[in-house]
Order: sequence, then structure tokens, then C-alpha cells
Amino acid sequence: MATETKYPTEPLKCWKEAKRLRMKYYEDYAKAHEEGGIRWCGGAWSFDAVPYGLGDDVYPLTGEPYAASIAFNREFSLQCLEATEAAGYARDLCSYMRNYWGSIILNKYAFGGEFPKADFVWQDHICCSHAKWYQVVSELEGDIPAYSVDVAVGPFEAIDENRIQYIVGQLMDGIDWLEKTTGRTYDDKKLIEAVKTEFRSTNSWAKICELNKNIPAPLDEKTMYSLYVFAVLSRAKKEFADFYDTLYEEMKDRVKRGIAAVGNEQARVMSDTQPPWGFLSVFRYLEKFGCISIGSLYSFGLAGAWEVKEDGTWEPKTTPMERGITINTREDALRELVIWNLAKPEWQHFYSPQLKSEMMIRIAREWHVNGVMLHYNRGCEGLSLGIAENRLALQKAGFPVLVFEGNMGDEREFDEAGTMGKMDAFMEALEVKKLVD
Amino acid sequence: MIEMFKEWYDAKHEYAKEWKEKTGGKVMGYFCTYVPEEILLAADVLPVRILGSHEPQDVTEPHIFGMFCPFCRDCLAQGLKGRYDYLDGLMIAQSCLHIRQAYTSWEMHIPVPFSYYLPMPNKVQSPRAVPYLKGELERFKKAVEDWTEKEITDEDLDRGIEMMNKNRRLMREAYELRKEADPPMTGLEAMYMAVSSQTIEKNDHSDILEETIKELQGRKLERSTGQRLMILGSENDDTKFVDMVEGCGSTIVADDHCTGSRYFWNDVQPNGDRLLAIAERYVQRPPCPSKDWEVRTRIPHILNIAKDWNVSGAILLQQKFCDPHELDIPSIKKTLESNGIQTLFLELDVTVAVGQFKTRVEAFLEMLEGEDLF
Repeated sequence: MATETKYPTEPLKCWKEAKRLRMKYYEDYAKAHEEGGIRWCGGAWSFDAVPYGLGDDVYPLTGEPYAASIAFNREFSLQCLEATEAAGYARDLCSYMRNYWGSIILNKYAFGGEFPKADFVWQDHICCSHAKWYQVVSELEGDIPAYSVDVAVGPFEAIDENRIQYIVGQLMDGIDWLEKTTGRTYDDKKLIEAVKTEFRSTNSWAKICELNKNIPAPLDEKTMYSLYVFAVLSRAKKEFADFYDTLYEEMKDRVKRGIAAVGNEQARVMSDTQPPWGFLSVFRYLEKFGCISIGSLYSFGLAGAWEVKEDGTWEPKTTPMERGITINTREDALRELVIWNLAKPEWQHFYSPQLKSEMMIRIAREWHVNGVMLHYNRGCEGLSLGIAENRLALQKAGFPVLVFEGNMGDEREFDEAGTMGKMDAFMEALEVKKLVD
Repeated sequence: MIEMFKEWYDAKHEYAKEWKEKTGGKVMGYFCTYVPEEILLAADVLPVRILGSHEPQDVTEPHIFGMFCPFCRDCLAQGLKGRYDYLDGLMIAQSCLHIRQAYTSWEMHIPVPFSYYLPMPNKVQSPRAVPYLKGELERFKKAVEDWTEKEITDEDLDRGIEMMNKNRRLMREAYELRKEADPPMTGLEAMYMAVSSQTIEKNDHSDILEETIKELQGRKLERSTGQRLMILGSENDDTKFVDMVEGCGSTIVADDHCTGSRYFWNDVQPNGDRLLAIAERYVQRPPCPSKDWEVRTRIPHILNIAKDWNVSGAILLQQKFCDPHELDIPSIKKTLESNGIQTLFLELDVTVAVGQFKTRVEAFLEMLEGEDLF
């Protein structure tokens, strides 16, 4: 058994700051009313830059990362899931949604105290559950006002002006709605600032992920989950964009010095869809084989902005500011925001699994992976959409694929020992030997 | 005449093949009733809704993860088994993710000369939805013209609109007769009538429908009506199930299904701008649950149907794993029950557990009958 590692490793310098920022986010939301601030709730993909036009004291609670936090605490998660089922909702619905509703029904906030109800809902809709999730939230929180934006206008490759304007129009209407709902005057300058911050943060996250093309990879996916979260908590928040700039500098330094996330890196895999949050130990198990999960379309592209460059590589998307586009008005800002978001990698597969397969194969090649682990995630119909076709396409492209079934947010539907057994077999198939017991 | 609908239901593939041979026209297989058939009819294309066969199958497992609804897998199975080998085109109008997978896998593995994804708006409650859909219909019309190599004129569109509207009017007329104390048709007959209209050329269907309506005037069924029920929920063309329910001493008199009343509830209101009129119709139709937000408009609509057709109970049917309906059913159940309409919830699969369901339906009917006594 190995006692010395192949590559040097060291803890992340900004880890503590990441922890502090995340906890502050949830505390700020809970305490927002103490200083007269506003609380809103919505999905991780909602256009979070827009409510920032209401002022600096506007705090979001995004549903997916909040529910993932619940799922991480298996005991509390089970209470939430059972409370939702007792309210009459089906057990096979999105498990984020069920955890989130359960937290409201039980009136327990995952970060302590009573559940802090929102002043309004600001959501978007691309999968069947998005706007419906918050329709129920609105009802559970006492019929709070709700506004959802339909973004399902087809893949980015087929975008046209009619499709862009449909979404821009809804956002324009949404701003009028925000003013009426909150009684505040909307500030377009704050909107423009927030939109630019979103471009910066999502571009930065992609740049961080891109560095994992290096061997050894400076960042493992389990750690990545704790970092990508800022782009889904509030990608238009300046504090978070600044954090990503700091993280990017640290990552570059790690690459320069050859610092590895997994000291014995000898095999690289990528995953897909949300992990089973209560069982992230499966990623640590891989490390016993010197195997690193370098990321996934999910962790790279849920919030990261990417594009295919002229040389054919997949790299961070050039921001409108870098392209010299000026944003002076509300209309300018919303239009650029819509175009930017419609290109989001994780929105493309809603229209065809082929689009997702192409991106996955690209990642597999450019990030030099040996195999792919697909989480057939019963908890998310949106990101599991077309996953069986992705499996066929990856295999056809020559990548060994491990399929394991589970649920991102319902521990009752994950077989930890069985999954590790499958990983043993997968490692054997990849001819990767276990280094540590 | 009414028997014709069952014949068509049973022989939909044979009908389409014969139509194609007879007319030399193109057949478009479509998923979801948000597809604007008016434009296809204007282009002399036969729209045929792709449905399952309610048989166990083992061909879709490599293509669709088993957590998606049995209906979408059953539909794809029909394609993989070659039962729709006569299709010239394939399309979907955006609704739920489940059925979309049947479309995308079909497109990949059973290629046809023309395929089209119509991103039907989800936020039908937005004032932006109609102008947006009109733009999408312009794009779709152009694609159909390119495919068929034929211009679609205003007169063609008028013809397509009238074919659809006439069939819808007749269907509503037939449904009106089901309001009678002793309806002249069973729920099973109504299901054959409504579902066959989604696969048969509209003029053919309307001709038989007109004759059927005449036949139904004064028709007395040699059976007791029993409890008046409504069925609602996910896609449902499970005739065995409906037959079983009615065999237990009830009559299904109304529904809220995409295979039923939602398909023909409202007309295109012709105006100078034909595509705008079509867009308005599809945006304003009784919605699929995936499009019913932020306000729940389905609930008052369903309650009105239940009251207008005087039902004593409602069977809430949901395809296993059907998220959109799972998200609506608790609210629907609560509303119906608070308005004195009892409900029975059942989960459908490709094949239904008729024996188990029968026990539950019988218990439900006994409960309703018990209420009648008091």
C-alpha cells in the first residue's frame, strides 16, 4: 500500500472563507427583516440579478442548494420528506422540492430557528416542476405573491429574436410586478451592475473548472460542490463574484506548483447530475483508487458559462463586457442577460440528449477522463432527462460508463454499499488498482 | 355509427396507411395535443397522435430511464417495434419532459424525413405568450411549407381551422348529451370517440360524428346509469380500465384529459390574422398541468365540469411518475371533496391491475351509494 503520494497536496487557502460566505448567505436571508430588508425565494436558475434592482438589502433563498443542504443532514431530510408525503404529495416528485416543502411544513430552517418565509417568489421555469414547485411554496407560505418566467424556448443553437423577446418581455413585466409587489422604486443602475456581476461570476467559475484539465487536477469534484454553490446561491452577488476571483488565483497557483487534489491521482472520471448529497463519501472512496472525479457537465455547467472557441475547444464564455458591448439601459441589460442564460450548458439537454452527449464527450476528451459515472438520479427528472441516451453516446465514443441509481435528496433511494461495490467493479474494468484500504 | 369509433381506435395504423395510399399525402406523427393541427391540415398532412398499446414491453429500457412515465415509454416502444413505420414526419409541441424523451429518442433511433420541436410557451398566463406563439407558428408554417414543397395560403389555413373547429363543435355537442340523467352513451364509447379523433382524418371523423349525434338523440342504453363519475388526470386511453369501472355500476359522464375534453374544449376564433387566432386558441385552451401557473386555473375548470355534468364522484388518474399531475392532484382532490364530490386516486401503468383496481372502484361506488341513502 502506498504511503507517499505521487503529487503534493495542500488544503485550499480560501476554504474557511467559502464556509463563512455560505453561512452568511443563509443568516442574511433569515435576518433580512430585522433591518427592513426583503426576502425572496426561487430556484437556482432564476434571474437573480433582477431583484437586485430593488436595493442592496434584498436577499434570496434559492431552493435547490437549500434543499441539498437539508439532504446532507439525513435525519432532518427524512423528517422533511415524510412531512411532505403526509401532506399528500407523491414520493417520486423532485426530492429537492419535497425537502424544501417539508422544511416549510415543519417550520424548521436547516440553519436554525423557524423557517423564514419569503416576501415573494421569483422563479423561472424550464423543467415541469420549476414554477409548480413555487406555486406550492406560495400556498404553503400563506399565498405570498409569485412570479415565474418561462425560459423554455428551445436550444441556444436555434435561438431567434422572437424567442429572446418572449423572455425579455416577461422580465420587463416582472420588474413592474416587483415594483407593485414591494412598493419600491426599481433602480436600473443596480440591475446593470448585478447583470455584469453575473457575467463575471459565471465566467470565473468556468475558468476555475477549466484548470482541472491539468494533470494532476487541482480540484476534486466533492470540494467543487462546496464552491460552485455560490453561483447557484446568487451568481449576481458581488461578494461571491469577488470570491471566485480569489479562488481562481489560488487555483492558478496550485496548477503552477503542481498541487493535486488527490495526491495519488492515477485515474480520472467525470460524473453526471447532482450527487446523492447524503452520501458524498462515495467520492472519497474513489480516492482510495487514486481516482479523481474531475467534475461534470453538472458541476461545470449548472452555472458556469461556456462556449466553443474557434480552435474547437470548450472554454469559458467571453463576457459581453469583454466583447465591447455596452449596457446602458434596462432593455440592454435584460437582453444580454437572457442571451447569456439561454446559452447555459445545462439548459440545452432539455431539448435533445444529443446536445448533452456532445458536451459530455467534449469534457471527457478535453479533461482527459478514463471513464464516466452516471448517476441515474430519481430525484431530478430535469437533469436525468435523456441520461440513458447519454450512456449510449458515451459508450459509442469509447468511454467506459458506470451507471448507479440513486436520489440526490432522498436517502431511502440510495444503496451506499451497493454503489461502492459497483465502483470496485468499475475500477477493475478500468484496470485501476486500489492504493489504500 | 358509434361503433365506428372503436373500429378506428383498434385499426388506427391500418387507417393511416390506407389514407396515405389513397391520397398520396404525408402523415405526421405527433406527441401532445398542443400541436397546432390546423397548420398540418392546411398543408394536407394527416396528423396522427402517437399513443401506446398498453402491452408490456422491453425495448425502451436502453433509451429512457425507468423513473419516467409509462406512457412515454409505451409510445417510444411503438416506434421501436415499427408500428408507425408509415410516418413521414414527427413532431412535438412542448409540454412535459416525459413525453419529450419519447420524441427525442424516436428522432434519434427511428429517423423520419421531417421532425420538428415546437417550443409551445409554458407561461400561458403571460400576455407575452400569444405573440410569442404566433412567431413560433410562423416559423413552423415555413418549415412545413419547405417539407411539403407547397405554400400554405390563407384559404388553406381557413380550411384547416374549420376542419378542427367543426370536429371540436361536434365533440362538444356529443359531450353535452352526456349531461342527461341517463346519458345516451357510455364513457367507454365517449373515449373511443374522442381518442379516435386524434388519429383519423378530421372530415372522416366529423362525418361519422354528425351521424352519431343524430343516432344518440333519444338513444336509451340497456343498462342502468348508476353513479355518475368523472375521470381526470394524465393521458388516459385505457379502455379496459374504463370498461371495468362502468361494469361496476357507474357511468363516466365527463373528463378532464388531453385524450378527452381538453382536446376540443375551445375553438379557434377566426379573425383576420389566422396564425394569431390559432395561437390564441392554444394559449387559452384548458391547460396541461405543466402550464397551469402561477394561478391554478384547472381547479375551477374541473369543478365546473363536475357540477355541470352532475357527477357524484371523480376518479383521479395519474400515470406513474407523472410529475405535472402529481403536482396538481392534492389541490384538485381537496377542492372537489370540499365541494361534496368524493374522489378515488389511482395510479396508471402501461397495463393496469384490473383486479385490484376493481376492488377499489367497487368500494368507492359503495361509498357513493351509501351517501345517496343519507
